[in-house]
Amino acid sequence: MTNQKFPKTRPVLAAAGAAITLLALAGCVPNNTSAADGAGAITVDSSADDCAVSATTATSGTLTFSVTNSGDQVTEFYLLAEDGLRIIGEVENVGPGISRDLVVQAQPGDYFTVCKPGMVGDGIGRAGFTVTGDKVQLAGDVQDQVDQAAVNYVAYVKDQVGQLVTGTQTFLDSYLAGDDATARDLYATTRANYERIEPVAESFGDLDPKIDFREADVAEGDEWTGWHRIEKDLFPPAAADNNGVTYVPLTAAERQDYADKLTADTQALYDAVNAPDYTVTIDAISNGAIGLLEEVASGKITGEEEIWSHTDLWDFQANLEGAKVAYEGVRDIVEAKDPDLVKTLDERFASLQDTLAEYGSLDTGFTYYNELSTDQVKQLADGVNALSEPLSQLTATLVG
Amino acid sequence: MSDPTTPAPTSSGISRRGLFGLAGAGVVGLGVGAAVDRFALPATASAQENTAVYPFFGEHQSGIVTPAQDRLHFASYDVADISRDELVELLQDWSAAAALMTQGEQAGKFGAVNGNYDAPPDDTGEALGLPASGLTITFGFGPTLFQAADGTDRFGIAGRRPAALVDLPHFPADMLQDALSGGDLCIQACSDDPQVAVHAIRNLSRIAFGRANIRWSQLGFGRTSSTTKAQQTPRNLFGFKDGTANIKAEDTGVVDDQVWASGGDGAAWMAGGSYLVSRKIRMTIETWDRTSLREQEAVIGRTKGEGAPYSGGTEFSEPDFSATGQGGAPLIAQDAHVRLSHPDQNSGAQLLRRGYNFVDGNDDLGRLNAGLFFIAYQRDPREQFIPIQMNLAKNDAMNEYIRHVGSAVFAVPPGARQGGYVGETLFG
Repeated sequence: MTNQKFPKTRPVLAAAGAAITLLALAGCVPNNTSAADGAGAITVDSSADDCAVSATTATSGTLTFSVTNSGDQVTEFYLLAEDGLRIIGEVENVGPGISRDLVVQAQPGDYFTVCKPGMVGDGIGRAGFTVTGDKVQLAGDVQDQVDQAAVNYVAYVKDQVGQLVTGTQTFLDSYLAGDDATARDLYATTRANYERIEPVAESFGDLDPKIDFREADVAEGDEWTGWHRIEKDLFPPAAADNNGVTYVPLTAAERQDYADKLTADTQALYDAVNAPDYTVTIDAISNGAIGLLEEVASGKITGEEEIWSHTDLWDFQANLEGAKVAYEGVRDIVEAKDPDLVKTLDERFASLQDTLAEYGSLDTGFTYYNELSTDQVKQLADGVNALSEPLSQLTATLVG
Repeated sequence: MSDPTTPAPTSSGISRRGLFGLAGAGVVGLGVGAAVDRFALPATASAQENTAVYPFFGEHQSGIVTPAQDRLHFASYDVADISRDELVELLQDWSAAAALMTQGEQAGKFGAVNGNYDAPPDDTGEALGLPASGLTITFGFGPTLFQAADGTDRFGIAGRRPAALVDLPHFPADMLQDALSGGDLCIQACSDDPQVAVHAIRNLSRIAFGRANIRWSQLGFGRTSSTTKAQQTPRNLFGFKDGTANIKAEDTGVVDDQVWASGGDGAAWMAGGSYLVSRKIRMTIETWDRTSLREQEAVIGRTKGEGAPYSGGTEFSEPDFSATGQGGAPLIAQDAHVRLSHPDQNSGAQLLRRGYNFVDGNDDLGRLNAGLFFIAYQRDPREQFIPIQMNLAKNDAMNEYIRHVGSAVFAVPPGARQGGYVGETLFG
C-alpha cells in the first residue's frame, strides 16, 4: 500500500503546525517549494465575541485549521475567498467546547477567516488571511468532473431501479403462479439490480428494511416483509434449521400479500430516485462504493444474507459491480489527487473480481455459499479486506 | 492487619462434602471492611491496586458496586442431575471457597502445598504468592435453575422464581448462539490480576464437578465502564470512552433505586440482590476501522478524543439532545448511541454496567473475534435492560458494527451473612 493506508495523525500535524506557525510569526520561515511542506495546523478560537486565528499568513498547500469553540453556542468557521463571498472551506456544527479540524488545499492569495457563533448572520471576527508561496497543482475543471460524476451516477441508479421494477414483477408472477422452480431460478439474479445500488435504498430510511430485511433483523411484533420473506418460502428450511419448528408454507393469500407489498415498496424506491429533485453528492457516491464492500464483508462473506437460498455469491458479485461503478465514476478525479491510490484500487478490484469469478458469474450462476469450504471463504474474505482498506480512503481523498 | 496463617473460627453450616474439605473457612473474621492492605506495598502504582481486598460477606454481594477491576473471568454453569440438598451443598462449598479466595487465601483446608502428599492439592496453586488483587466473586441463578426448559421443577423452587427474572425476548438482529447463552448458575470473578480471576473460576469449577459443569465462560480485559467517580473512563475496542454516564457507586440514591432489588418488589428473598444481564457483543472490528472518523463520531454521538457529547462541552457535560446545527438537524443524531441509551430516552431507566473487552483470537476468516462482554446490573430487567435494548436494537446506528452472539440473565441474590452462604435466603 501507499502512504494512504496510514495517514498522518492529527497530533503529528498539530505539532508540526505549531512550529511552523511560530516560525511564520517570527518572519523567518523559508519559502516552501512543495505542497507537502506547507502542511501544518493553525488554531482558531471561536469565542462568543471573537474569531482568534493563530496566524495571519501561511504557505500554500494543505492547511489545517484546528477550530475550538470556546463560546456557548454552536459555531462554524469559514475560509472565504478574496471576494469575501466564495467559500473555500468550512466546518459546521461545532458544539461548545468541541474542537474540529478544517483541512483545505490553499493556493497563494488573499482570504478571509470568519466564525459564525449561532450559525446565522454575517459572522464575527472577520480577518484577512494571506497565503504565500507557489501555486499548488490541482486537476483542472474538477467541479465539472464532480458534476458529471453525479449526473452519471443518478442515471445509473435510475437504470438499475427501473430494471428492478420489471424484474421483480416477472419474479413475482412466477411465485404467485405457483411456479416455484422458475421463481427460485429468478430469485438471485433479480436481486442483483437491488444489490448494486443498495446504499441508495438505505438512504431512504424505511425502504431498505421493508424490501431487504433478514428474519433476524425483525423485532418481535413487527411484520417481516420483502425479498427474504419470500426467499424463506421458496427455499423452506428443515425444522432443525428453523429453531426446531416445522416451516409452514405461505398460503396463496399470504403470497399475494407479500408480493403486493414488495411491488409497492419497489415502486416507492423507483418514484424516489425518479423525483425531479433527486440528486447525489460526490461523497455519497464514494461512500456508496465503500458501503457496498462493507455489505460484502459483514453479510455475504458470512452467509448471513441468503440464509435460506445460500445465493450469497450472487449478491457479492452485484455489490462488487455496484462498488466498481461508483468508483469508476470518481476515479479520474481521485487519480489527479492520488495516483497511487487509484493504481492500488484498480489492481484490487480486478484481483477480487478474478477470485470471485472462480466460483461462477451472474449469467451462469455461482457456487452456493454452503458448498464453499472455509478456506475458499477465507480467500474471498482476504480479497474483500485487501480492497476495502484502501477503498476506505476514497471519500477523504475525493473531497479532501 | 492480620496474619493469614492464623486460623480463624470455623464457620458453621458449610458441608464437608467431596474431596476438598472446605469447612475451614478461615477468613470469616477478615471479611469485614474494605480494601485492606494486607501485603507490603509494591513500588508501582498499578501493583498497588492489586492490594485491594473486598469483603465476601455482607448485605450485598461484592462485584456489583465494587470499583470495576481490570480483568474478568465469567462462567455459566449447568447443574447436573442432583438433589436440592446437593445443590445447597454446592452453594455452601462455593461460598466457603469464595470467602477464602477473595481474601487472598487458597481454596480448601490445606491449600496448594500442605495437603496429603499422595493426593492432588486442594488448591490448584497458580495464585500462590499473589495478593487478593481486588478479587470479587459474584454468584447468580438463571431462570432454568427455577424451572428447566422442559418445565420440570428440579429443586422445588419454581414457585419462588422472581417475576423480574424473565426470559429475554428476541431483539432485532440478535444472532445468539446456544453455546454462548443461558445457564443455571453463573459466577462473575473480577480482579486486577487475570491469573487471580482465572484461578477463582478454575477452583470453583473443580469444586463443582459432578454437581455443575461449565456451559460457557468468558475472559475479559480492560473494564469498559467506571463504577466509581474516582475511576477514569476507559475505552472500548471501538476506541471510544465507555461508561461516562454509568451509575456510580457513590450515587447511593440512584443505586438503591436502580440496582438493588427490594423485598417489596415481589421476591422477598431477593432483597439486597440484583439482576444481571450479560450479552456477548461481537464487534466487526475490521469494518469499523475502515469507517471515517466523521461516521464513527456520529454513530456514538460523542467525540472520540475527549468523549464530549456532540452538543458541546467536555466529557461529563450532559448531552443536549435538542441542540441543532445546520438545517435544524440535531447535533446528536436521532440514531446516535448516546441518545438512544440515555435515561431521558428510556423513561429514566438506567443500568449499572460492568462490561469488559474481549479478544478470543480470530475466526476462520482471519477476523478478530473481539468485542464487548456486556454485563449490567439492575433492579428489574423488564423496566430497564429490555426496553433500553429494544430501543437500541431497533434504532441504534451502531448496530451496523456489532452482533449480539451470547445472552444470559441471572438473579443475583443478596450477599451472605458471615458463616452463611449465597442463596441461603432462597434455600434456607
